[in-house]
Amino acid sequence: MIVHDDEPRLMKGNEALAEAAIRAGLQAYFGYPITPQSEILEYLTVEAPKRGFVVLQAESELAAINMVFGASGAGARVMTSSSSPGISLMQEGLSYMASAQLPALVVNVSRGGPGLGTIQPAQSDYFQATKGGGHGDYHLIVLAPSSVQEMADFVFDAFRLADEYRNPVMILADGALGQMMEKVTLPKAGSLPFTPKPWATTGKSEGRERSIITSLFIQPEVMERVNLQLQEKYKKVQKEVRFEAFHAEDAEILLVAFGLSARICQKALELAREQGMKVGLLRPITLYPFPSKVLSSLVQNVASVLVVEMNAGQMVEDVRLAVNGRRPVHFKGRMGGMIPTPEEVLHEIETITEQERIVKV
Amino acid sequence: MDTIPAITDMELVYCRPSTLTDTPFHYCPGCSHGVVHKILMEVVAEMGIQSQTVGVAPVGCSVFAYNYMNVDMQEAAHGRASAVATGIKRVLPDKFVFSYQGDGDLAAIGTGETIHTVNRGENILVLFINNGIYGMTGGQMAPTSLLGMVTSTTPYGREQSVMGYPLRITDLVAQLPGAYYVTRQAVHTATTVRKTKKAIRNALEYQKLKRGTCFIEVVSNCPSGWKMTPIEANNWMEKNMFAYYPLGDLKVPKENHT
Repeated sequence: MIVHDDEPRLMKGNEALAEAAIRAGLQAYFGYPITPQSEILEYLTVEAPKRGFVVLQAESELAAINMVFGASGAGARVMTSSSSPGISLMQEGLSYMASAQLPALVVNVSRGGPGLGTIQPAQSDYFQATKGGGHGDYHLIVLAPSSVQEMADFVFDAFRLADEYRNPVMILADGALGQMMEKVTLPKAGSLPFTPKPWATTGKSEGRERSIITSLFIQPEVMERVNLQLQEKYKKVQKEVRFEAFHAEDAEILLVAFGLSARICQKALELAREQGMKVGLLRPITLYPFPSKVLSSLVQNVASVLVVEMNAGQMVEDVRLAVNGRRPVHFKGRMGGMIPTPEEVLHEIETITEQERIVKV
Repeated sequence: MDTIPAITDMELVYCRPSTLTDTPFHYCPGCSHGVVHKILMEVVAEMGIQSQTVGVAPVGCSVFAYNYMNVDMQEAAHGRASAVATGIKRVLPDKFVFSYQGDGDLAAIGTGETIHTVNRGENILVLFINNGIYGMTGGQMAPTSLLGMVTSTTPYGREQSVMGYPLRITDLVAQLPGAYYVTRQAVHTATTVRKTKKAIRNALEYQKLKRGTCFIEVVSNCPSGWKMTPIEANNWMEKNMFAYYPLGDLKVPKENHT
């Protein structure tokens, strides 16, 4: 449970996230400027000398993630943030960190791609975030906020999960969530405990085993054992699954959407309900672990599923796996920084209702 | 059965320092790595800083340095050793931090990190082993391979018009105001070993002052990669490598530290 301040404030998503990180006991931040998340680096740079933590603007995202590696290996509560192209540059480091089992918070305030793309919001980094992203069999734990409040709160969840599972945790936001201002009640400073890290490289003191942080296991037997340990960990992580469901009980059409898309879907749901269409919404909060079980049970009572994403259809693959052919799964997506409107989603709902002859009430 | 000591009534004048594990080195006969590992760890033992030292092993032949150096260590991605060392030093500013890197790691894939780490004046020791070749991957051209040098990727010799010039990165680094102490040494003779050990001692003593990066290049051989016997390799190194990478200090602190 996160303890909050009493006073609500009006803040930008990026700034709320940065302030929450300081309150969560951030000890070091390493990053590189990129739109639309530079406010995180800027905010922390202003606060660092006053509140006593390390901030370093690295020469590249490559260097930044490896500084995170070093600081995490040395036992610090550490984070970085970037946006899509920068996160791509960090994938090597994230693979190494997942293998060396290093906790850290990585924030992706994502933008439209591929390539240099655009600076407008998109959700096209879903595959990269949830399926590993770099080389090898690994997963990040991925949290998807859909409000400025969650931009702040999920920092606490992310650091807790990172320490508990010794795994990098990603907050997958988007340019809109980073840039928009909303009312937020910030988590209380100092309310997130520090767990001991006896494995950290803090200097080999008398009587303790050497601490070695490595992702190199040259013997295949050992490398397989490490992989099995990681897979065992990812199994345990499944219990951390989080989601939100709206009007799912009596829904004929179930919308599935995360982050900003889920907010748009909420509005579309209201519009549809006004017209007598029974529409529900499932919002995965953890994208990894994905709420497959709840989705699997929810679809038993619906006629059809509509997945809405700001990409060409990425999470829809996980939805289809969970639905496993039992119901039609439709997809509505916008790409390249374009945001779907509630009316667009409503139109999609109407089309499905008509095509599948779903009875209105 | 009681063990009978092989040697009695004699004074022990030399032994493996406690800062080296008893794992036998995997390095090829004649390779410089073992010598540099040993003197680095001897200095750590002599200074009594084993419990305050954190090292970073690179990708390259010394990727397993942590199997031998009996201190806390992290193994970095290829080229990123000095970024990892930066991360460690920034959160543990009072510990002794070193990165131990080869020429491919430090002067090719990690050039950006090298330059910026030194330019920030990170208070770490960068130990740079320059043998002009990629040893671990089987003897390919390195940024420091000499012109005309035959490697598995320059089978007709390194040609300037195609592959440019051997990179004297230590000279570059010495130009940066963040560099506090920059020196180029070797370890192929007893004299050079003593000098390099002294340089390492200086560098770790300077690290306490927090005045910038200490950077030690050790011009080294690679008998296997060069396809020579250890003696041939040392002779070739003296004749060719030292001509292009002359030994000596490139930057010494202005202050008197004695």
